[in-house]
Formats: sequence, C-alpha cells, structure tokens
Amino acid sequence: MNFSNHEYKNANKFSVSKTLRIFTVLICFVCLTAFTTKTDAGSYKVGDVATDFSLINIDGKMVSLSDYKTAKGFVVIFTCNTCPYAVAYEDRIVDLDKKYASKGYPVIAIMPNDTDVKPGDNMQAMQARAKAKGFTFPYLMDDGQKIYPQYGATKTPHVYILEKTTKGNIVKYIGAIDDNYQDAAAVKTKYAENAIDALLAGKEIAQKTTRAIGCSIKVK
Amino acid sequence: MKRILLVLILLCFACNTNDELKVYNYDGIAPLINKTDDKVHVVNFWATWCAPCVKELPYFEKINKVYKAKGVELLLVSLDFPRKYETKLKPFLKEKQLKSEVVCLNDVDQNRWIPAIDTTWSGAIPATMIYKGNKRKFYEKSFTYEELEKEVQQFLK
Repeated sequence: MNFSNHEYKNANKFSVSKTLRIFTVLICFVCLTAFTTKTDAGSYKVGDVATDFSLINIDGKMVSLSDYKTAKGFVVIFTCNTCPYAVAYEDRIVDLDKKYASKGYPVIAIMPNDTDVKPGDNMQAMQARAKAKGFTFPYLMDDGQKIYPQYGATKTPHVYILEKTTKGNIVKYIGAIDDNYQDAAAVKTKYAENAIDALLAGKEIAQKTTRAIGCSIKVK
Repeated sequence: MKRILLVLILLCFACNTNDELKVYNYDGIAPLINKTDDKVHVVNFWATWCAPCVKELPYFEKINKVYKAKGVELLLVSLDFPRKYETKLKPFLKEKQLKSEVVCLNDVDQNRWIPAIDTTWSGAIPATMIYKGNKRKFYEKSFTYEELEKEVQQFLK
C-alpha cells in the first residue's frame, strides 16, 4: 500500500513538473517569436525606404531629414559616447561630414542607447562630447528608442547611407565606415566613402553591406 | 597528497594569469571554434569594455564548472583592443581568475570574419556560439544563467 502510494505521488509529481516544463517552453517560444518578429519587421535592407524622424539635437532643436532641402542623401550613423568602437570612429565621422556634407551627403548621428542604462550617453554627455570633438553635424537622441529598431540598427557604430529620391530616402548601404577600427592610417577600404562616391557618380555601389564589431544597443 | 595536488592546481592557475595572452587572427582562431571532437563547445565573444558581457561572464564560468565533466568545453574570445591588453585585459583576468580558457581575437578585417563565424551575426557583442559537430547555434544576445544552461542542455541531449 505504502509502495503504491509512493508511486502515485511520484507519478503525480512527474506530470506536474512535465506540464510546468512544457508551459515554460511554450512561454519562452512565444517570447522569442514575438521578439524576433519585432526585430525582423523593422530591419531595413538595401533598397528599402527609410523612415524620416523628428529627434532632439544637442542644441535643443528638433531635426528631421526633410529639413535638408538641398541634400542628395544622408549618412545616418547610430553611434554613442560610451562604446570604444564608436569612440575609435569619432574623428573619422567628423571627416566624413566635412568631406561629404558640401557634396550633398551630410552626416546625421543618432545616439540610440537608453540613458538610464548608459548615463554616459545622456544629453549633457552628448553635448560635451560633440563640443570636445568639434562635431559639425547633428547629434540626435533617439528619445524613446523608436527609430533605431525601424532601421534595424543592432550596434554602435552602425551606418546607413540613404539616397533621396522622389519615392523617399532609399537605403543604399548598411554597415561599417571602413575596414580598420584600430588604425585610421591603416585602412585599406573606405566602405562608406566608396558608397557615397558611387552614388555621387551615379554608379552601382560595389559593396552594399559590410559587417563590423560594435557594442549592442542598450535597452532597459 | 590531496593537499599537494591542490597547491599544484592553484599554482597552475596562478601561472596561467601571468602567462602571455594567446592572441590570434581569424585564421588562427578558426580551428579553435570549429573543433570536430564530440564535446559541446560554448564560445563566447566578449570584451572588458562591454558591460553586458562582463555581467554574463560568471554564467559561462558556472557552465564550465558544472558541465565540464559532462563534456562541455568553454572558450572565451576577448575582442579587447590590443592597446588595452596590458592596462585592461590582463589586470581583469588576474582579478577575476577565470577558469575557462581565454583567447584574444585581433583581426581588423571584421567584414571577413564576422560572417565567416556566423552569417546572421551583425557584429554586436555579447555574442555566443554553441556547437557540437555539425550542429551549431549562434546567439547575438545576453544570457541569464538559466537561459544559457537550457541551451547547453539542448546540445547534451
């Protein structure tokens, strides 16, 4: 009697834990798919129309792509103060803007991190960095983190080169600035510059997507 | 005897942290992340400057501790900048006394090796790869211990 009772209890325990396990797996699956769908739905590919936005700049004014009436396109760069890879590229981002803003491709930098998680990326810190480095371009905050997921940015720095057309701002290049994060002097291929040069010359971009290491975008 | 062994083991770990870092380019590291034995390999890409990476390191260490005897092998691949090896990485390794194997990947041609490691990897860290033979999964995300353990167990089945 004792034995069978014990058996019964065990069997019962087993089925409860099994149900729990299945339930947990189900929940995980739902969470995962929800998350994946959300990320995928917003990731731009080359050829997609990029959304415009109205984001606050370090000078307190709101900036939209539509403000740039004479621009031929944009170099949208998701970047921040705190990521070593982003920091390594600061001077090169300034150079990009200096070289291409006058040719119709201004840099628009967007800081996508949650500033509670990364206080070093808050508005005061952004203002200080822009001043110290002499940023010649807007340094916008993705307040509410609504814009970076639409672009599908996953890290800083992450570059999107857009071409302004009658159909909207078309994504033409996604990826890295160049092929050497450590040493600007040792760069062999300037991916971003090559892409803009091709657009300016009306030619096909040779490398439309590239990859580089970066810091994951920080969320709560 | 046991005590002597323990002292020897401790000495070994002490030596390890004083050792030079093992630094590879992608071609050097490729054999280390494509092993064909029948172990489950957990490869974590991290850096001392990456806060979420540092946060999850203890979970990888715990996996190493709990699952080593069950055929799980850990490899922590540091993506620290070479100029920070002496000032940041070495003191960090000394302080944390990591038991998992640590190697450094120093290869600026990221557009080549990131997709070679996994076609889905956009390049953000933390990132983790688990593989056994031909079965391979890549995770461009942070882990809790429970999530990581669950994934490892999938490979042990």
